[in-house]
Amino acid sequence: MRHLDRSVRTLFALLSLTLMLMAGCKKGAPEGSGAPATGSEATPAKAAEPSTVTLQGSGASFPAPLYSRWFREFSTKNPHIRVNYQATGSGAGIKAFTAGQTDFGASDSAMTDEELKQAHGNVVLLPMTAGHIVLAYNLPDVKVLKLSRDAYAGIFLGEITNWNDPRIASENPGVKLPATAITPVNRSDGSGTTFVFTQHLSAISEKWKKGPGTGKSVNWPAKAAVGGAKNDGVAALVQRTPGAIGYIEYVFAATSNQPTAMLQNKAGKYVAPTPEAAAAALSHVELPADLRAWVTDPEGDDSYPIATYTWLLAKKKYGDKTKADSIKALLKWCLGDGQALSKELHYLPLPANVTEKVQKAAETIE
Amino acid sequence: MTPSAATPPRLPVARPPTAWQTGANVVFRGLTHAFGGAVVVLLAGIVFEVLRHASPAVSKYGAGFVSGSVWDANRNEFGILPEIGGTLYTSFWALLLAGFLGVTLALVLSQGFLHRRYEVVMKNVVELLAAIPSVVYGLWGIFVLVPLLRPGAAWLNDHFPNFPLFATRLSGPGILPASLVLAIMILPTVTAVSREAMAAVPPRLAAAAYGLGATRWEVIFRVTLPTASGGIFGALVLGLGRAFGETMALAMLAGNAPNFSWSLFSPGNTLAALLANHFPEAGEFEVGALMYAALVLLLITLAVNVVGSLIMVRATAGLRGLR
Repeated sequence: MRHLDRSVRTLFALLSLTLMLMAGCKKGAPEGSGAPATGSEATPAKAAEPSTVTLQGSGASFPAPLYSRWFREFSTKNPHIRVNYQATGSGAGIKAFTAGQTDFGASDSAMTDEELKQAHGNVVLLPMTAGHIVLAYNLPDVKVLKLSRDAYAGIFLGEITNWNDPRIASENPGVKLPATAITPVNRSDGSGTTFVFTQHLSAISEKWKKGPGTGKSVNWPAKAAVGGAKNDGVAALVQRTPGAIGYIEYVFAATSNQPTAMLQNKAGKYVAPTPEAAAAALSHVELPADLRAWVTDPEGDDSYPIATYTWLLAKKKYGDKTKADSIKALLKWCLGDGQALSKELHYLPLPANVTEKVQKAAETIE
Repeated sequence: MTPSAATPPRLPVARPPTAWQTGANVVFRGLTHAFGGAVVVLLAGIVFEVLRHASPAVSKYGAGFVSGSVWDANRNEFGILPEIGGTLYTSFWALLLAGFLGVTLALVLSQGFLHRRYEVVMKNVVELLAAIPSVVYGLWGIFVLVPLLRPGAAWLNDHFPNFPLFATRLSGPGILPASLVLAIMILPTVTAVSREAMAAVPPRLAAAAYGLGATRWEVIFRVTLPTASGGIFGALVLGLGRAFGETMALAMLAGNAPNFSWSLFSPGNTLAALLANHFPEAGEFEVGALMYAALVLLLITLAVNVVGSLIMVRATAGLRGLR
């Protein structure tokens, strides 16, 4: 009698649990499947019914701090649009986007022709912000370091192995360079940062172009080179290793107050890696119609040589009105109000003529 | 599950099992079989997946993959000799260190050197080492261990530059810090398993030896250690297996440099670190090559385990009658 009672109770508990689960599923269905919303006219997404839209994105880790800030602020203003962004790296971001696993992707290097072909042309590349790559070094007594084009290419090629090498010393008169061995630090994981950096090295050094070449990960020629994972890994290694030099995104050097080298640009001038100098570099680049611009070696006296846009990848056609509308609203906000946040987080705001172009491209999303 | 078992006094002692009990029995037995089988299926599934993804690379690169030493995704040129070398080399040093330390620790913890209370505390402290996340070990290595090692390494390099083990400078990450951290990481495994083995030695053996007038040292070295040798060896094999597969700490400390050197201070790389670093951004060809590398790692681990068990069976064959 007693145990029958108990099993009946268990049965009831199970039943109610199942019911609850079913109810939960039903409630979750409309937002998950993203079925076309009923009777929504060409009104902006804001006026639509309260069902929330979730946008999934993944890709470059370099703009991730900015993106997550953007998306957070955007969601507080538009509570019905939720944006998830995962910093998986540029290559993975392109792959996931092409495979249709995400609604948008992000990459530090614009998609190549081949990658575009894989996406069946259903993609718009939108520069969202820009950044530059700095060479952080660890020489406690050296406050200002100038590196000629030959010098920094030579260091990463493994031809210059000591800090008191004449090729470095000749450009730094009055600076006491130690006899410490140079430890070049590179990214151990594949990365858009590496792509931009090696692309620049290929542009300035014939030897680099023929040797390691350009890629998200290359075969680093320097014997003493060590690798760190992600920007923070490289920054930590440089910070902890006397005589180290490594390439990182400006944000990471700025927030950790690491000394960075002045680099010689195409015009032969030495330029410190300030945001202004990087903005100057970008201003010398004309964005083509598809918004893919490779800034390999910018012109101009005051241009910092290693700068890049970072792109957001969106589909040309979503085939889902609510989704397309929300992504358009998101992009519009990021390119408008969002740009003010870029500077605060050590990114480069896009020049006005560029935002205009990108805005126009974003309008074409359906 | 069996509510009727809650009211035994009312029932006779010898009664046939109720339907509940029989049912539970069947279900339980079925479950154990299913889960047991699931492990095998899971392993087979993993091996199959790795093989499937690796097969294009295997047929394309063949044995040259194992003997090549360049990893260049740009040119689709892949070789993992330096990584194989780095894996074996760091694991060798780690095992040497952790083996010595771990077995000694196990002796201290099992042979009544300490008061019972401290024994328990020590044992738990050592086992706590296993609970520290790999990343923390890596960070500790970068921020604490490497700066500590640097002066000593520089001194050794200055005074014995021709001795192969000290032939280079320790700039930061390298084989030595990687091996040391790896040793600490496998220490709990080695200690725990060999302690169990020593504790399992029948006390009558030691008592008999004492009765014959043996000293404590003689008992430990002539009776306890040889009797427990099978278990200790098993502990070492387990530790080595862990060392091969350890990833995060090594990716942070080995230097991720695709070259192999006998010098303890030069940067190197391991298979697991290579996989962790290159997977997220790998292109189509590179994924195949990485799977091939995973397959090689799997085979190395398997070989070590098989050889280890064979040696263990051999070594303990003469001791079987003692238990």
